[in-house]
Amino acid sequence: MSAASHGGDGGERRDFLVITAGAFVGVGAVGLVWPFVDQMNPSADVLALSSTEVDISGIEPGQSVTISWRGKPVFVRRRTEAEIDAALAVDMDDLPDPQSDAERHKDGKAEWLVVLGICTHLGCVPLGFAGEYDGWFCPCHGSHYDTSGRIRKGPAPANLEVPEYEFLTDTQIKIG
Amino acid sequence: MSFQTDNKLIKWFDDRLPLVSVMHHTFVQHPYPRNLNVAYQFGSILGVMLTLQIVTGIVLAMHYTAHTSLAFDSVEHIMRDVNYGWLLRYMHANGASMFFIAVYLHMFRGLYYGSYKAPREMIWIIGVVILLVMMATGFMGYVLPWGQMSFWGATVITNLFSALPVVGDPIVTWLWGGFAVDNPTLNRFFSLHYLLPFVIFGLVFLHLVALHQKGSTNPLGIEIKGPADYISFHPYFTVKDFFGFAAFGVIFAIFVFWFPNYLGHPDNYIPADPLVTPAHIVPEWYFLPFYAILRSVPDKLMGVLAMFAAIGVLFILPWLDRSRVRSAAFRPQYKWFFWIFALDCIVLGYAGSQPAEGNMLIISRIATIYYFVHFIFLMPVLGWFERPKPLPTSISEAVLAGKASSSGGENA
Repeated sequence: MSAASHGGDGGERRDFLVITAGAFVGVGAVGLVWPFVDQMNPSADVLALSSTEVDISGIEPGQSVTISWRGKPVFVRRRTEAEIDAALAVDMDDLPDPQSDAERHKDGKAEWLVVLGICTHLGCVPLGFAGEYDGWFCPCHGSHYDTSGRIRKGPAPANLEVPEYEFLTDTQIKIG
Repeated sequence: MSFQTDNKLIKWFDDRLPLVSVMHHTFVQHPYPRNLNVAYQFGSILGVMLTLQIVTGIVLAMHYTAHTSLAFDSVEHIMRDVNYGWLLRYMHANGASMFFIAVYLHMFRGLYYGSYKAPREMIWIIGVVILLVMMATGFMGYVLPWGQMSFWGATVITNLFSALPVVGDPIVTWLWGGFAVDNPTLNRFFSLHYLLPFVIFGLVFLHLVALHQKGSTNPLGIEIKGPADYISFHPYFTVKDFFGFAAFGVIFAIFVFWFPNYLGHPDNYIPADPLVTPAHIVPEWYFLPFYAILRSVPDKLMGVLAMFAAIGVLFILPWLDRSRVRSAAFRPQYKWFFWIFALDCIVLGYAGSQPAEGNMLIISRIATIYYFVHFIFLMPVLGWFERPKPLPTSISEAVLAGKASSSGGENA
């Protein structure tokens, strides 16, 4: 309806006003919406808990402990020679998500395996020392992981995730 | 002028569910008097404020914990840890104040221009119900941070009901869910504080249905008589309302960003302590006039009744006012009494903020008496004795005569 009023009497001026006013309203609206979106992102106190230090001196070969990191379980497993050998013996062609065992632990620390204890299928926590490969077995939908935490059989698409971590000393690791 | 479209999908939809044509009627086509002035901005501003309070409130509820041992800390968590939590909380807390500023100006507009008079009584009455629900919502919201003012405000206000004979104490115990304000009280207040804004939303809908039934009043207080007297809502009043949002938003933003705690009370940053009352407790500013009325009556039950009557009297205002002329522009005496009444409300508000002793008590008593005299005595009597100025024959005539500003204004 404003098009009809466009003549030589300030039609361009009106267009300018409408466009600039509209642009300001648009920018303002987006600026106002952002806090309402961002408030649902992790808050400062949640982000402050994003790394966890673990003392691993008490873990014997063949044992595994579960650590809570960012509200999620992390398996720290001290593997036996037999378990490491089993992981190394696997043919890459047999793996749905091919990854060598060496890529899944820190250099020279083959006995320590640190993986996120969350099945890559739909997020259940797998059971340790279980399943056909004696690694992990997810009871929810039957995914089997080997002693390197790699998916071998079942619906899960990927290996158990290796979180970011580092050895602070030989007996202390920092996850996150 | 009714809704037209060539779009087959919209036609199909609107034929089965007339959402589009109702929205079109409400926000595009509805005729409003052409002479609405700045006093008529506050209705749409209130709609925006209600929406903003609901949205910020829903978001705050995602981070707040309604438990006596966690509530205070969860509010601090919102302020310090949650992304933009400080902004959202300050918007919500100051938004409540801005909501009341707008609603009081909206009501004074109604008083000045006689918006409550026949045939618009239902608009006014629903409006007063909205005010009551707003007050309940605001009060319960103030309890949630569980500071000292929260706790003692909750204690004092719930104790109002103990003034009732016989049933008073059982009612207070029922409201508390215990023998003092405690966790059950906090939990139910949170639940109701979340519920009531949606009740207000429903009441606003009825308010608007009633408004559209009879149409808006205007500063001249005469009805629309022909097409020259009105203009459509869009684009004229959408543009005017957006200007109003911007102006009001600037004031709102000044409070939120520069004086976020100016309207609050520092004692509410002290965690609630059921064993110690702060030296001087006052309600939020928007309750102060009513608080002054409560305290000015030296009897517990009568004080409570006077306070509720101060709002109750608004329900019968359309029948107390005997004048046939709506707008104060044509009521030379009422115009003065209106401003005296507005001043009286401010005096009551100031008195409510001060300790109830000495001269201030006397002032608040006089102001309380005048409050009721204005409604019960002056409103009916003025209608009989006042000699109103002659009304213009139509809105367009008055507006165009004013514009020409040659011979004869609106009263000529």
